Amino acid sequence: MKPFTYERATSPAAAAAAAAKPNAKFIAGGTNLLDLMKLEIEAPTHLVDVNGLNLDTIAPTADGGLRIGALVSNTDLAADQRVRRDYGVLSRAIVAGASGQLRNKATTAGNLLQRTRCPYFYDTNMACNKRKPGSGCAAIGGYSRQLAVIGGSEACIATHPGDMAIAMRVLDAKVETVNAAGQARTIPIADFHRLPGTTPHIETALAPGELITAVTLPKPLGGQHFYHKVRDRASYAFALVSVAAVIQRDGTGRVAIGGIAPKPWRVEAAEPAMPQGSRAVATRLLAGAKPTEDNAFKVALVERTLAAVMAEAQTAKVAA
Amino acid sequence: MMTDNSGEAAISRRGILVGGAASAALTAIPAQGQAAAPQPAPATMKVNLRVNGDRRTLDVDTRTTLLDALREHLHLTGTKKGCDHGQCGACTVLVDGKRINSCLSLAVMHEGDAITTIEGLGTPEKLHPMQAAFVKHDGYQCGYCTPGQICSAVAVLGEIKVGVPSHVTADLTARPQATGTEMRERMSGNICRCGAYSNIVDAMTDVAGARA
Repeated sequence: MKPFTYERATSPAAAAAAAAKPNAKFIAGGTNLLDLMKLEIEAPTHLVDVNGLNLDTIAPTADGGLRIGALVSNTDLAADQRVRRDYGVLSRAIVAGASGQLRNKATTAGNLLQRTRCPYFYDTNMACNKRKPGSGCAAIGGYSRQLAVIGGSEACIATHPGDMAIAMRVLDAKVETVNAAGQARTIPIADFHRLPGTTPHIETALAPGELITAVTLPKPLGGQHFYHKVRDRASYAFALVSVAAVIQRDGTGRVAIGGIAPKPWRVEAAEPAMPQGSRAVATRLLAGAKPTEDNAFKVALVERTLAAVMAEAQTAKVAA
Repeated sequence: MMTDNSGEAAISRRGILVGGAASAALTAIPAQGQAAAPQPAPATMKVNLRVNGDRRTLDVDTRTTLLDALREHLHLTGTKKGCDHGQCGACTVLVDGKRINSCLSLAVMHEGDAITTIEGLGTPEKLHPMQAAFVKHDGYQCGYCTPGQICSAVAVLGEIKVGVPSHVTADLTARPQATGTEMRERMSGNICRCGAYSNIVDAMTDVAGARA
């Protein structure tokens, strides 16, 4: 690990100002950043510890939703009674990810900012435009079983690795931030993660030093909530495909897919097809997909996982 | 004698220099073009920890993980370094009662925190019930992952008790129960290469039953 200086931030604006300096980074849970620093994939010269900023509460919003502080741990968010009752897809997504130890440290904001697990991003001997802009992409033409089937570019086919963000996308969450000047803004989750294009090293809409202070959820959608994750192990593995869905009694609903794209993959225009079944939805969701030989199975897996979710919704409706 | 000695030294030093140059050439390739900003000199900081009930003050390099602070500075070697990347769980300790991977946390981020390691859970004379259950049920073979397994197991029963849901909890709004399925899922962050998993579940079931 490269040497760095360290400070504990005392206010969100002061934290943003400190982190806006070149090569400085925020640290909260640290479960992804420290892993990457040990491998010298990340080498910040200054760390701004934001854990003292009192951003760790969940509170109701005026419009009937919830405001989740940036520092609320994954464990606490998944266990919150209101989240379990009204936003089940979010609880389900969080407990489908990582391990109990990691969820105790991982934060809401940090989880949104976690970096890809593309093996070529992790291997510093390999070309990677995300790790070293302009160096090329060894994943394209390489072993790409885990990688993106849609949303990638000629520069990068890495996936967003998370589960939590997939549920937040289906719920239309909003990300609240503050910058070094103390100005706040709100970024819809749909616009928060960027597609790689020619700049895969730029992963989010955040400006340098911009600090996430909270994530807000709109008022509950009702319906049945699902998060189905298909992976190589029964637990503690990244998704090959995951489906976050909220399905109403009449068969209408929303769906977002994880494991297949550089960002949580949701196509609102596909959702009116939900009463027609999984094939109609998957065809629209994956229009323009460019799978590789290694990961072409994900295209079929999206449809089948969605079919399983829809069948479960149907069964639960009959039972109710 | 002097000449002989210096001759030997010259040969071995040349060997080292040659080896050093070769390593430098190898590492220079991936380092090229990476973050241009100059790296600062190593920085140290003072941090106050409460470890197994004792107040400890350390002056550590900011890069020191909680795991290395425990093992290398405080010589509490019960906590183990396995993968050092949060994948194996051997380094699991309790911080303010919650289990974490001590390898993925900086010591300086734990100012004032109460840390419990395997040494603080029980002693050879007075074992923690989970330690006793691991012995009774043969919940280990080589023992390397065991301190992490036991810290994690203690925390898992606590998490079930306060109602934290898991991936296998059928009803999110109901209180989870300490079933074998629940415990297996919740222990997935602790790897045992000897494969003592079923005996670990037996040990945990024993303790969970005794507590209920």
